[in-house]
Amino acid sequence: MGRTIEVTINGTRYRHEVEPRLLLVHYLRDVVGLTGTHIGCETSLCGACTVLLNGAAVKSCTLFAVQADGAEIMTIEGLAEDGQLHPIQEGFWQKHGLQCGYCTPGMILAAYQLLSRSPDPSEEEIRRGIEGNLCRCTGYQHIVEAIRYAAEKQRVARGARSE
Amino acid sequence: MIPTAFEYFRPTNLSEALALLEQYKDEAKLLAGGHSLIPMMKLRLAQPQYLIDLGGVKELSYIRESGDHLLIGAMTRHVDVETSEVLRQRCPLLTETARRIGDAQVRNMGTIGGSLAHADPAADYPAAILALGAELRAVSIQGERWIRAEDFFVDMLTTALAPEEILVEVKVPALGPRTGTAYVKVAQKASGFALCGVAVVLTVDPNGVCQDVAVGVTGVASKAYRARAVEDALRGRALDASAIADASAKAAEGVDPLEDLHASAEYRAHLARVWSRRAIEQARASI
Repeated sequence: MGRTIEVTINGTRYRHEVEPRLLLVHYLRDVVGLTGTHIGCETSLCGACTVLLNGAAVKSCTLFAVQADGAEIMTIEGLAEDGQLHPIQEGFWQKHGLQCGYCTPGMILAAYQLLSRSPDPSEEEIRRGIEGNLCRCTGYQHIVEAIRYAAEKQRVARGARSE
Repeated sequence: MIPTAFEYFRPTNLSEALALLEQYKDEAKLLAGGHSLIPMMKLRLAQPQYLIDLGGVKELSYIRESGDHLLIGAMTRHVDVETSEVLRQRCPLLTETARRIGDAQVRNMGTIGGSLAHADPAADYPAAILALGAELRAVSIQGERWIRAEDFFVDMLTTALAPEEILVEVKVPALGPRTGTAYVKVAQKASGFALCGVAVVLTVDPNGVCQDVAVGVTGVASKAYRARAVEDALRGRALDASAIADASAKAAEGVDPLEDLHASAEYRAHLARVWSRRAIEQARASI
């Protein structure tokens, strides 16, 4: 018994008929074809499947696609603009914020929410902000540095704009 | 990890939701934030035939002042409790408790009503709700009733709610004069759930003597409980370190602690005693 949903993902509108039990992460990956969102623990602990739902970071393995009807979703694919990496992506690159990369999309979107709520976070705030995301390579130190890098880069960019 | 199939409803107001629940009763489940229910559905520990999503019932999401009480709609998300300025000033125990739930993503979705109605023995809110002496408003097609927090939690994952009732509102008292509160917990590292969480509401008289105290403990037993023995031992006593230590030693009295791979019953009882002491000390320091 299908149900029609309409969502905007990374600025593009989609309309699909889905089964109510379809999880959002499976919808994004298997129906829409955006495989940048990863499936990790499937129990809402690891954060690999984090996406932004109306601007708030959520674990897409613990949400039915039907719950997102009418929502705006951003996935990792929506971050870079015109081929330019987003400052957070650039930070992960510059500061070696990933080893295997599996947690990275979720980690970056958790960082995105953190920086939108708290543009100049302390190390403690960063660590608390990514509490819901696990890195099995245990590369947290570099991840924290990557997010600091992004915060700094965005601060400079804001300064340049206000001049 | 795919749930069994179900029929999905997304009512846009409370009366519509109540009518659906009246029709399907215990064949239906209410979906709030989904962070307890969906994992259970994926494990097929819950297999509702009908899922009534309260996500569209906007009238259940609010934080309001009402004289010397605060009213919180059941669909209010943890993040909104955590960041509420009015709660921070008038009921800081709730903001402090919400802050300790899960992680940022979980707090964006989870709701106070969903957490309470699920009655997970390791959830955070029950400790605070008990210590605050909250009242919970349940509504059905037939009418409404208020349930005292202490009567609400019946057993593990079991509440006093009837199958056709929806928990719609939580009513807590505003912080009184010379009153301090605290919520502390030892979390299971991976899940963030409480191995032991203690919430305290402590009122002292002008001489620093304990006038009243309420201690709520979660994570330790099959349901959150009031540590009455601790409260009785402390009431009327000067709050020095030895009085607090003596009282806290009674935190697991008469309780049958849970045992699992994360903590033995003995260890949980130990945590209840140690963290009751710390919570009382922290509440006193916050006055």
